[in-house]
Amino acid sequence: MLKTFKIGGVHPPENKLSSGEKIQILPVPEQVIIPLGQHIGAPATPVVQKGDSVKAGQLIATATGFVSANIHSSVSGTVVAVDNVTDAAGLSKPAITIKVEGDEWEEGIDRSVKPDHNITLSREEIVKAISAAGIVGMGGATFPTQVKLSPPPGSKAEILIINGVECEPYLTADHRIMLEKAEEIIVGVQILMKAIDVKRAVIGIENNKRDAIEKLKNLTAKTLGVEVCPLKVRYPQGGEKQLIKATTGRSVPSGALPIAVGAVVQNAGTALAVYEAVMKHKPLIERVVTITGKSVKKPGNYLCRIGTPISKLIEAAGGLPGDTAKIIGGGPMMGRAMVNPDSPILKGTSGVLILNEKEGTRKPSRNCIRCSKCVSACPMGLEPYLLMTLAGHNMLEEMETEKIMDCIECGSCSFTCPANRPLLDYIRLGKARTGAMIRNRKK
Amino acid sequence: MNTIVITIISLCAIGVASAIILYFVARKFKVEEDPRIDTVEGLLPGANCGGCGYPGCRGLAEAAVKSENMEGIFCPVGGSEVMNKVAVALGREVAVQAPRIAVVRCNGSCANRPRTSTYDGARSCAVEHSLYIGDTACAFGCLGCGDCVAACPFDAIHMNRESGLPEVDESKCVACGACVKACPRNIIELRNKGPKDRRVFVSCVNKDKGAVARKACSAACIGCMKCAKECPFEAITVENNLAYIDYTKCRLCRKCVAVCPTGAIHEVNFPERKTAPAPKTQAAKAQEAHTAPKTPAAPVKEEAQETPEVKKAAETPALSVEKETTAEATEKTPAPEPENTSTEKGGIESNI
Amino acid sequence: MNKLLISPSPHVHSGDSIEKNMYGVLVALLPAFICSVLFFGMGALVVTLTSVIACLVFEYLIQKLLLKQQPTIFDGSALITGVLLAFNVPSNLPVWIIIIGALVAIGIGKMSFGGLGCNIFNPALVGRVFLLISFPVQMTTWPVASGLNTPYLDAQTGATPLALMKEALKTGQSVSDVMTSGAIGSYRDLFLGNMGGSLGEIAAIALLIGFVYMLFRKIITWHIPVTIFATVFVFAGILHLCNPEQFADPVFHLLTGGMMLGAIFMATDYVTSPMSNKGMVIYGIGIGVITIVIRVFGAYPEGMSFAILIMNAFTPLLNRYCKPERFA
Repeated sequence: MLKTFKIGGVHPPENKLSSGEKIQILPVPEQVIIPLGQHIGAPATPVVQKGDSVKAGQLIATATGFVSANIHSSVSGTVVAVDNVTDAAGLSKPAITIKVEGDEWEEGIDRSVKPDHNITLSREEIVKAISAAGIVGMGGATFPTQVKLSPPPGSKAEILIINGVECEPYLTADHRIMLEKAEEIIVGVQILMKAIDVKRAVIGIENNKRDAIEKLKNLTAKTLGVEVCPLKVRYPQGGEKQLIKATTGRSVPSGALPIAVGAVVQNAGTALAVYEAVMKHKPLIERVVTITGKSVKKPGNYLCRIGTPISKLIEAAGGLPGDTAKIIGGGPMMGRAMVNPDSPILKGTSGVLILNEKEGTRKPSRNCIRCSKCVSACPMGLEPYLLMTLAGHNMLEEMETEKIMDCIECGSCSFTCPANRPLLDYIRLGKARTGAMIRNRKK
Repeated sequence: MNTIVITIISLCAIGVASAIILYFVARKFKVEEDPRIDTVEGLLPGANCGGCGYPGCRGLAEAAVKSENMEGIFCPVGGSEVMNKVAVALGREVAVQAPRIAVVRCNGSCANRPRTSTYDGARSCAVEHSLYIGDTACAFGCLGCGDCVAACPFDAIHMNRESGLPEVDESKCVACGACVKACPRNIIELRNKGPKDRRVFVSCVNKDKGAVARKACSAACIGCMKCAKECPFEAITVENNLAYIDYTKCRLCRKCVAVCPTGAIHEVNFPERKTAPAPKTQAAKAQEAHTAPKTPAAPVKEEAQETPEVKKAAETPALSVEKETTAEATEKTPAPEPENTSTEKGGIESNI
Repeated sequence: MNKLLISPSPHVHSGDSIEKNMYGVLVALLPAFICSVLFFGMGALVVTLTSVIACLVFEYLIQKLLLKQQPTIFDGSALITGVLLAFNVPSNLPVWIIIIGALVAIGIGKMSFGGLGCNIFNPALVGRVFLLISFPVQMTTWPVASGLNTPYLDAQTGATPLALMKEALKTGQSVSDVMTSGAIGSYRDLFLGNMGGSLGEIAAIALLIGFVYMLFRKIITWHIPVTIFATVFVFAGILHLCNPEQFADPVFHLLTGGMMLGAIFMATDYVTSPMSNKGMVIYGIGIGVITIVIRVFGAYPEGMSFAILIMNAFTPLLNRYCKPERFA
């Protein structure tokens, strides 16, 4: 019996169309747009000006405060603008635009592909290197990694959990790197273990990626303390709390961080980025992105420079299909629909999904029939039907007592609702407002 | 017969017993309250709209009784009339507040503002606003999902199907501010209703640079400063590429309306512009307004000929003017029509 | 290319719909319907058709003329109400009474609360109880199950096993007397449905097949029916152990009357049952206890519909106090 989390969850059609496609390298575009806010926390502060010439891997913006991340140029060329640029949601956000000239890399970056196993740096040096490389959570949450690696005083990590679940339908980027960069990931895991000083690491992988499980199992057979944990396919297993529950059986209390049960969770992609940063001195300037969709001609996985326009990626996959209705950054359950396909690939872009009209159009919302399917689908044990009503009436205190802040916004409720009610739309709104109320109260 | 007597007696006995119990319970659990609260609550409209900022009419009544000078306590529904009564009941003075009305400061109708995407989520402006720019290229304008309509306790604001924008029903709006709070983009503002309900306001809240704003919406304020320069009363300020008319300073000369290149400044409830020769003073005009009912101004055809778009606009105001004369203040023009932006000076001066 | 669609996540849907669930329930009701036609003949067909058509027509008219809504009669909920109402009345009930029942069920039971999803009581049961109180004679004159050729209105009538038991116990007979007298069939007959009763409640086997189907299709969860059965079994069992001559054994209670139909199809009605598993269990226990109390100590021989309606009234309370198991 495979392990999984205890309550709730759904099983959307997996649709992993590109799981057999090898990672290809997307050509460097003519121009990249590198937004300053690619992570949770304060946007980075630019350190280059218009007209400066930069090399790939050069620092172009520094972290603003503790919860923030450095940003590096992903290409070599000239900075043409440090100004507001329209992002995927159509809003103006500060970004650095660089015109590409050649492909010159910053000195000291080891671009050889030979895996390097010898971890020589100390704990502090590792965290420093990760921080300098501007690494953030690659699963999509984009939380700066060095923050996660610096546990608050009084708490001690006991176990490192690597998220190789990739529970979102369609996406295969993590699957492919676990196959093609397995050795590097294992080294990355060991680096992370050293950084938080734990003796045990678990790599959680859903059972629909058998080849990756096999490969990593073989590799970790002789690695001390690292084990692979196959998991039953179930959404949202990639949620931090769900993954901890599934792999270790521990429950993170409401409102607490994983460190409360001694766990630190990192994405498999993050482990790879950590390896590259620590062993190869390469900052986070490229990542693997899945481009997929039922109407897409050539779904695939591409290694893209950060800042490459998404339209370039779509071109590489055979162009935008005629019946495109929706372009989504990320997976179908938690990704964000975009208005602007020329917006850039970010550190947290795990995939680009193109849905056709039939898949992408929502059916009209109808009366709640109180079937309680949302309640049984909720992986946090909440009552989405109730939260939606409370959010609609803006009843903040009631939402707080109903634990709206525990919602992980996985979308299982909306996915499963037979009446097509936009449950999560309202819950997200209610959660934001309740969160604001709680923050105001603390002040 | 006997049965009936017994029935009546027992019923009476039960009644008396219950009354005694109720009396003692009521005595025991009595809450001491200032009797004036009830008096004040009786004077208030009882709509419990929350427009005053207190939880219902009783909330305001309690606050009014507690407060020393009633500062900041005002019932927008009842207006000064009711507040005067309250003040008299409490033996205090009340500051007179001019009647106000909700004003929708966006003119991004379907015609003015092309749709760039289709919003398919929950029909809620708040949800749409938190998600992305909205279904047009304007990050500031109306989203058209009708949160304000749902919030209005007086049924005074409705979506216009054609323009996709909300419209305030002037006869019903009491300026409670519910829609102002509901709008996630802060488009709706409470402004002075103005003499004879006449108002001039900037119908745009776009803070983008002129070119960007103009590209998103043909009726956007582009921050060109023309209105601010034109205004003789310094009522107009331009900040962040956006003009704002201070209604406490505005004297309704409408010069700004004439100079605005995009038609972002709206005038409401003014009679059709006429080419009267003699400019009048504000006082004279006010006097005229009180004494004589307006004479319907004939729509000036020459103006309408200038641009093809205005043609239609010039015809509808003609109708509304007629309406206005018959039913003065109660019947209002349904919507701020795309105003005649002719630069003819004479027409404007006639109203000064 | 058209304008891009934008919506918050999730962007895909399970494809589940109100219709799929409602028609699933209807499919689950089919075996019971076939059984009732086999036992009660044309009467079952006439009553069911009348009830369904009346429910659909009333729903349409109320939505169209009174509420000015877009009629939603094809979502299947009015259909279910119609079928369940028919299943809860004798198969020789005159058409006009059925139509009154349908009007009460749809008009008062459902639409007066605001339509689908808003009612607090199971509409079919509201209609049924209204008829039971208003037309007690017609509602308790059950035709004897005598196969396909049973005539509709002038069938030979008899009592249900529960009514027989109640009458016999009142006159001082003991349970074993009744069971051996031959008036009540064997447990095999009761299980297969060969007994007097409302047209849909007789065949336990057919209803159980429907239950399994609904579980398989994940239309309902096991909680409500199973707790009702367990409660009835335990409670009736305790009573039976205390005094076997005064109280019938639990299997008798499970197989007779509206127990199966009520527990599987009426108590599990989405709208009027609790949302959390804990709530569902308490709700099931409540229904089981009240049913047996009415059957054993009350004036009516059958208490299922009252028990469900009473517990329907507790549903909002259960929803408030029985929260689902939180993550942590």
